[in-house]
Amino acid sequence: MADGEFKPKIMAIICNWCSYAGADLAGGGRVQYPPDVRAIRVMCTGRVDPLFIMKAFQDGADGVLISGCHFGDCHYLEGNFKCAKRMFLVKTLLKSIGLDDRRLRMTFVSASEGAKWGQVMEDVVNTIKELGPSPLKEFEK
Amino acid sequence: MAEDNKEPRIGVFVCHCGTNIAGSIDVTAVKDYAQTLPGVTIADEYQYMCSTPGQSKIKAAIADYDLTGVVVAACSPRLHEPTFRVATQEGGLNPFRFEMANIREQNAWVHMHDRKAATDKAKDQVRIAVAKARLLEDLIPKSVPVEKAALVVGAGIGGIQASLDLGSAGIPVTLVERWPTVGGRMSQLDKTFPTLDCSQCILTPKMVDVGRHPMIDLKTYTEVESVEGYIGNFDVTLRRRARGVLTPEEAEARGIVGGGCNGCGDCEEVCPVIKSNEFEMGMAPRKAIYIFHAQVMPLLYTIDFDSCVKCGLCIEACGPDKRAIDLDMVDTFETVKVGTIILATGYDLIPIEGKREWGYKQFDNVITGLEFERLICASGPTVGHLIRPSDGATPMKVAFVLCAGSRDNSGGVAKPYCSRFCCMYSLKHAHQIMEKIPGAVPYLFYMDIRAFGKGYEEFYYRVQDEGAKFIRGRVSNIQEDVQTKNLHVFAEDTLLGRPVDLECDMVVLAAAIQPKADADSLRQMFGISKSQDGWYLEAHPKLNPCGTTTAGIFLAGVCQGPKDVPDTVAQAEGAASAASIPIHMGQVDLEPYFAVCIEEKCAGCGMCTNLCPFGALDLVDREDGTGNGKVMRVTEAKCKGCGTCGGFCPGGAIKMQHFTSEQIVGQIDAFLLEGEQ
Repeated sequence: MADGEFKPKIMAIICNWCSYAGADLAGGGRVQYPPDVRAIRVMCTGRVDPLFIMKAFQDGADGVLISGCHFGDCHYLEGNFKCAKRMFLVKTLLKSIGLDDRRLRMTFVSASEGAKWGQVMEDVVNTIKELGPSPLKEFEK
Repeated sequence: MAEDNKEPRIGVFVCHCGTNIAGSIDVTAVKDYAQTLPGVTIADEYQYMCSTPGQSKIKAAIADYDLTGVVVAACSPRLHEPTFRVATQEGGLNPFRFEMANIREQNAWVHMHDRKAATDKAKDQVRIAVAKARLLEDLIPKSVPVEKAALVVGAGIGGIQASLDLGSAGIPVTLVERWPTVGGRMSQLDKTFPTLDCSQCILTPKMVDVGRHPMIDLKTYTEVESVEGYIGNFDVTLRRRARGVLTPEEAEARGIVGGGCNGCGDCEEVCPVIKSNEFEMGMAPRKAIYIFHAQVMPLLYTIDFDSCVKCGLCIEACGPDKRAIDLDMVDTFETVKVGTIILATGYDLIPIEGKREWGYKQFDNVITGLEFERLICASGPTVGHLIRPSDGATPMKVAFVLCAGSRDNSGGVAKPYCSRFCCMYSLKHAHQIMEKIPGAVPYLFYMDIRAFGKGYEEFYYRVQDEGAKFIRGRVSNIQEDVQTKNLHVFAEDTLLGRPVDLECDMVVLAAAIQPKADADSLRQMFGISKSQDGWYLEAHPKLNPCGTTTAGIFLAGVCQGPKDVPDTVAQAEGAASAASIPIHMGQVDLEPYFAVCIEEKCAGCGMCTNLCPFGALDLVDREDGTGNGKVMRVTEAKCKGCGTCGGFCPGGAIKMQHFTSEQIVGQIDAFLLEGEQ
């Protein structure tokens, strides 16, 4: 770790229709939030392969956020349900390798919830800052 | 055209967007950084990449540097991805060899006061985009034919106008209405502001038109049961509720020549069941077999089977010639195939009794604006004589409570938004009282009078001149004098800084409006989103107010947000125009984000076939001649590209085009490993 403040590396995979649009709305509304999250756009959170999340942690991510539509609002009917079910699996996996499962979070932010997106960013960054750097980084060294 | 085996040669273009981006991000530093990334051949920056010179830069660079991919770091791909895809294509590359880094909405605008962090984030975003661009492939959009037919849901003035426009443009329209008649809320209104046109007089010609238009198939007393498909090819199943009465056509189909309902009303006279008439806001009775009012379209009686006792008197009254009544009728289902859909489902009033301080449903003489419309209407329950519900007396002092539940952050039934038409209809009500009842005085309690439309401000002045009293202040409480049933309205006159206690004969609450009770379930059926306040979400609030994020589905009227009649009609015409475009084009391009099966990896387990919500995946016998085992096959027309199958395939045998695992992992690695693989 470099000197000074811990700057977490947080990866987000967010769906095109709800959370990405919500994040865009936050931008239009000039909602200010911490700059530590990098988002990758997919069409639906159903696309999120558990291996993507494991790969991110293996690569040294301090946290991973998956964000999609509210239940019932999925553009593809039920992709977010399928994704949410997989989250339990991945959280179990994380715990079994000794990672705090709060490092992985799934949220539901709609296209009209710009302010909520800002809130999610605050929450996620605060949680990861509280947890500190991923122990996997130390392990790699 | 780029060849697939070529080494990646990426061009990166960073946009200033005036100072939108450059104000928070060091654009030159981002460009210089991009130049150092592996695979990047050329990096450039420009004031406005979306401008013609900006796009020309992309086109020129593709030719000059023989690029295989283009990255533009600018605004959201939801805004300008189509623009830059076209530029990429015009430059000679496949349009899907374009990737966008969203450094405006998701960076410059949300980290306005931390230039270093924003610049660092922009560098990461560009690196992630370049990683994807390196792995992009040529894709060909799939073109699908569009069914030459449209569906309109809701036959208020919005749905009627949209159907008439579509029908007159030569497009067959199915118009579905839940009520037994078309007309919607507008048919309940007495006069319209500011012109004081009789609402029915200007609406009924359109109701008649929609009933007899050769291109419009009007289905009243019908609801949407389910929706399948996609733009161009929607299969919508409708539930035709049993109305117990045969149309002349239905009668003829049953061999009753010259029979069926002719609207004579003989059945209604003999029906012994009395219910309250919802069209008259419960202020008048109707029978179990009924029509709402004299001008219904179609003129066809309906049996309310929840109330009908099946005594059969109506059958007798209808007689052996018409034989229009069938008490054993059941709901029927039919599926219509349409290319595009317009939703015009309207609104309800909030349950204003939830604001207990105003006493609606506690005090007889507190009514809503919609009830006032029926009471003042010549075809209403009192034949146009405004009376107090408590004693039938003519009210001489009437208080109007504006913003009753609108612009109110107190929670409960109240709504934070402006319902937009209450100011104007309350002004109209004030005018009507003074016109109909000589000496009557209206008192309007208001926060602001929003007279924003054409001729509205002038109407406001006119009502002031006529003698209406305006008191700026929110009504805190209404109390009833139990003996006289008069009402005391308490408020603060904020212009005089004095408390007000006004005794009056009647109070009219300009109740806020809200989405229909089942707006959410209908919305989910059609796969569209809602705004935070529950109204249906338009594709873009300014530039695409009629569209939704689901291609082929459009919005008209209040279901998208509060608006008055002229705005509803305007939006309906816009929605009809937008909905007719794909139909007139005859075909639409679907984004080619289909699942593709990598047959050598597919174990034929079939997990994916169960995951697909659209039934796009099947297991079929392998065709490699070995005869052993199954393999998954994708029906492209059904696949919507969500990737739910690809996110789960245990063998990694499903390739999601444009969102491949290699591309996504490439993005993850690019972010976290900063290029070291």
